[in-house]
Amino acid sequence: MILEMKNIKKNFGSLEVLHDISFSVDNGEVISIIGPSGSGKSTLLRSATFLERIDSGSISYMDEEAVSTGEDGKAHYISKAELREVKNFFGLVFQQFNLFPHKTVFQNITEAPIIIQKRDKETVKKEAIELLRKMGLEDKKDSYPCQLSGGQQQRVAIARALAMKPDILFFDEPTSALDPELTIEVLKIIKSLAEEKMTMVIVTHEMNFARAVSNRVIFMDGGYIIEEGDPESVFGNPKMERTKQFLRSYEE
Amino acid sequence: MSLQTMINTMAGGMLRTMGIFFLTLIGSLPLGLVVMFLEKRKNKVVSGITKVFISIIRGTPLMLQLLVWYFGPYYLFHISIRGYRFPAILIGFIVNYACYFAEIYRGGVESMPIGQYEAAEVLGYTKAQTFIRIILPQVVKRILPSITNEVITLVKDTSLAFTLAYSEVFSLAKQISASETSFMPFLIAGVFYFVFNYAVAFVMARIEKSMQYYR
Repeated sequence: MILEMKNIKKNFGSLEVLHDISFSVDNGEVISIIGPSGSGKSTLLRSATFLERIDSGSISYMDEEAVSTGEDGKAHYISKAELREVKNFFGLVFQQFNLFPHKTVFQNITEAPIIIQKRDKETVKKEAIELLRKMGLEDKKDSYPCQLSGGQQQRVAIARALAMKPDILFFDEPTSALDPELTIEVLKIIKSLAEEKMTMVIVTHEMNFARAVSNRVIFMDGGYIIEEGDPESVFGNPKMERTKQFLRSYEE
Repeated sequence: MSLQTMINTMAGGMLRTMGIFFLTLIGSLPLGLVVMFLEKRKNKVVSGITKVFISIIRGTPLMLQLLVWYFGPYYLFHISIRGYRFPAILIGFIVNYACYFAEIYRGGVESMPIGQYEAAEVLGYTKAQTFIRIILPQVVKRILPSITNEVITLVKDTSLAFTLAYSEVFSLAKQISASETSFMPFLIAGVFYFVFNYAVAFVMARIEKSMQYYR
């Protein structure tokens, strides 16, 4: 088990956005999380990556417990330093890319492995070149993010996350800021990662893509997991009325 | 007194003016960062006191502050310190400019998109690493035009040191003008400030240009 989240509860003020959600990811799984805006899918991802603090529940990576809930019903996080260690297990690709604009493509990819993970410089650089080649961006090594298209920036962001050698990669609506043409180039990359058995969790509005690439689909609404299963059953034969209604809105 | 003699007499004053200018920058640019951090502390007492201090410094004339720094120790504590004139001037200028810089820094830091912090956080950067490697370099670029403004104002503000009878170029110009009944010293001082500021603006424009490599 790479990630295990149990009984996650999260409130924004008096609004409960995650109601007792449990969710786990096995090695090699590609999971798509779909659902309308405000369904809690991004919050779930942000909770898994510690960008949001959950109110109660537990989160473990590789059987290492990062968040636990004791008798008092409140979530307890391990120390900041320990949390930084756990962050080595995962990577996150943002909707808005969030590349560092003052650093070149190459620096964006290599800085964290060298400075944060303190890995050997030469090895990291070699791997970065290899990653850029894989992303079809070997000629953009010395460009700055502002010189790239959105699709290229998102591919750099994927390379930056992969350079940390994560066990699991999260995508938070990775193509929502891109036009259809650029969306395709990013989806292709994610698909090729899926073929390499990279473990991934993808929050997405691209239904055809989710159906094609994932081996498990989770439909969320109103802070609940309404339905989950293999893509054929969720998309082809949804059981819940809410799921059918949601999928129908995409067909129109 | 010939023009040449006047210029020679005032040259020492020009050096002292430049001394105030550079020492103030060296002191206040980093001190402004400290003041900003104090202001942004979660501790309400620390940030509150800092905010009040900044508002006092920005709300009163620098000329008055110089007098307080210089005469304060004597009138408040009956301490007189030998050779305190120049240190008092520097304290007055550095504290005053640090508060203005702190507010400029704060504006720059708060204009940074949250995504930059989040990206660094997920990659495992500590708070300090995030600030030094990711936030600060981008903030510097954003605030440079405002910093240039302050630096140019500082060149002219150095003349306020005349309040404490420090013989920088403006004080000397006044003295010589009175003793020689000549308008010329003011012209010389004016040309000096203008040329100095022209050079400052040129250097700042170069620095700004060197940061144009990204948007």
